[in-house]
Amino acid sequence: MSQTQSLWWASESFWRKTAIWVTAGSFIILIFLTFDTMSYIKAGGKQVPGYSIINKRVDYQFNEAQNRYLPVIGPDEPLFGKMLSEEEAEKLVSKGKLNTQAKNCMECHTLLGNGAYFAPDLTKAWLDPAWGSKEVREANMVAFLMDPSDKLHNAMGRRMPKLGITEEEARATVAFLKWMSAINTQGFPNNFKTMDQSDPAPAAVAAPVTPEATPADAAVAAPAQQ
Amino acid sequence: MATLGMFSTANLNGGQKLAMKYFTVSLALFGAQVLFGILAGLQYLYPDFLYQVLDFSVNRTLHLNALVVWLLYGFIGGVYWILEDEAGVPVVGLGLGNLIFWILTLAVVVVVLVYLLVQVGPAEMKTIWLINEGREYIEAPRWADIGIVVSVLTFFFNVAATFSKGKYTGIGGVLVLDLLALFGLYLAGMFYTPNVSVDQFWWWWVIHLWVEATWEVLVGCIMAYMLIVTLGVRRKIVETWLYIEVALMFGSGILGLGHHYFWIGTPDYWLTIGGFFSALEPVPLVAMVVHAVFDSGVHKLKSTNHPALGWTIGQAFGNFFGAGVWGFMHTLPQINLYTHGTQWSASHGHLAFFGAYSTAVIGFFYLAAQKSRGNVWMSGHFAGNWKWKWAMGLLWVGMIGMTMGMLVAGYEQSQIERAIEGSTWMGYFAAQAHPWFVQGMKWRMISGWAFTLGYLLLVWDLLTIGKGETRPAAVHEHTA
Repeated sequence: MSQTQSLWWASESFWRKTAIWVTAGSFIILIFLTFDTMSYIKAGGKQVPGYSIINKRVDYQFNEAQNRYLPVIGPDEPLFGKMLSEEEAEKLVSKGKLNTQAKNCMECHTLLGNGAYFAPDLTKAWLDPAWGSKEVREANMVAFLMDPSDKLHNAMGRRMPKLGITEEEARATVAFLKWMSAINTQGFPNNFKTMDQSDPAPAAVAAPVTPEATPADAAVAAPAQQ
Repeated sequence: MATLGMFSTANLNGGQKLAMKYFTVSLALFGAQVLFGILAGLQYLYPDFLYQVLDFSVNRTLHLNALVVWLLYGFIGGVYWILEDEAGVPVVGLGLGNLIFWILTLAVVVVVLVYLLVQVGPAEMKTIWLINEGREYIEAPRWADIGIVVSVLTFFFNVAATFSKGKYTGIGGVLVLDLLALFGLYLAGMFYTPNVSVDQFWWWWVIHLWVEATWEVLVGCIMAYMLIVTLGVRRKIVETWLYIEVALMFGSGILGLGHHYFWIGTPDYWLTIGGFFSALEPVPLVAMVVHAVFDSGVHKLKSTNHPALGWTIGQAFGNFFGAGVWGFMHTLPQINLYTHGTQWSASHGHLAFFGAYSTAVIGFFYLAAQKSRGNVWMSGHFAGNWKWKWAMGLLWVGMIGMTMGMLVAGYEQSQIERAIEGSTWMGYFAAQAHPWFVQGMKWRMISGWAFTLGYLLLVWDLLTIGKGETRPAAVHEHTA
């Protein structure tokens, strides 16, 4: 023991100073990166859309150049058929986000992959083929949120409880989910098979599949014009 | 000093008396965590169990919040426990500390009752203020947040003022700075924004920089004291190790925060930074294993408190495997793209929280049990010493079983839900209904019952260990 104590690299004071410098240095880098990241994730930033994106068609497709799935913004497709200003859209999305907190959605679902694992991930829930077609999606989502207890979820019997969600809250929640689906999440979730949103919707299901595509890709191949 | 072997708070100094109160509530909340974990686990197997009465979300909220609060109570108790020994003077402002204990505990009870009885609220700010913030781990409503901040400021005053009046040891210095960071970070979680990316960005500042940085260092401090007390390791060695661990822990953990910034809308560079620094996060945990095993070996496992030492060595290994290995296994973005948000995370979370933190707090429970009976003999060969061994064995077997069950489920989920099906509703339920997943959940449940048994035995043991023991505690050959 007495030999090691005379070595500078085994001394208490050397490691105390190292601890202080390493901690301070790391923290300063983190602060710098935090400021930079904010420019990407503010609404209307480089990776997170402004709230009025809910006036547009939102899709999520594989991007060859970046080799990952990315949101694709299409033509006007206002939510509930109503074009909103940026302020109106923010108000609606905010109400929806507040509802996800007030009902504690995150303790069963994941949002952007974070939360609990008892129910499906909601990151791209707006695009989920389970809502039927794009014509009935909004109505189905609102009805489901207001009373999921009597609707088919799966063959296992696991159901979402009825949480007392009002129609106003349900519509706002759908707005929040649509907005969230337009966030660039670096390709998470990978390989998500979106609902067919192309324009004559029912016919597009039968659209020809490119020779390279596998049958599993058929559902995502249709909106390729974007 | 009261009679040896008889429980009496007269055996304790002022800070330790207050610590006993924190430990008592901590142990009870540990029980609540186990209870709500069992209920939530059952709901995976029997979906209609307590449906619309105590739904999974309610049980899981209580499971997680009980965890956070029992560990925090354990840490606060641990700090009050060591405070007078370290600083060499009685706790400054102890009366205030006692008052705050009662206020904080009352607040915890009210929050739990609201979670249980009110559960959810309308989409208005009053829900956030009064019922539930709806953000995993830090669901406590805003009024309680403010109460927590006031309480911890009082706690911080007790600690800083006591060290300032007495003497600042190396442990004391690290502790005060760490507590300052720990409580400052909590403020980063107290705001509302409609922007889910910004929300989760700051939410991780609280959760990650607590659990993977400041909590680790806090536990490093109290475990350093533990090694001095139970093994008689010299202070200079322990404190040098503590500085090394702080350097490695903060050096990897602060920027390791980046592994939560892969998929939440944050820019590309976090994939590299988060991947690199979180890959380094196991390094300090290896150092802690070396430290604990080396010191135990040097002292030939001659400790003054065998159960506490047992849990201390378990802490070193549990922290390394749970936080280090299990964390590393899915931390690189290339694999995390598939494992993110699956039972992988639950598997890691269980082993890491238990391995790194529960073990440390339980070790302190045993120190408290020993001292409160007049510092009795606990170095092996005492009546009823099968109980602590069986409790420890059952808790570990139960925890490892749960971890493995969820790991199997997590692998299956990553493959089927994430990789093949692409995380849709259909993909999610295809994975949940798969026999491998169901088997994983069944093994988790069986292991959960073993863990529950271990908990009950632990409580029984803590209440009875040392009772009627007439030998005083073993003495170290040299004291620190």
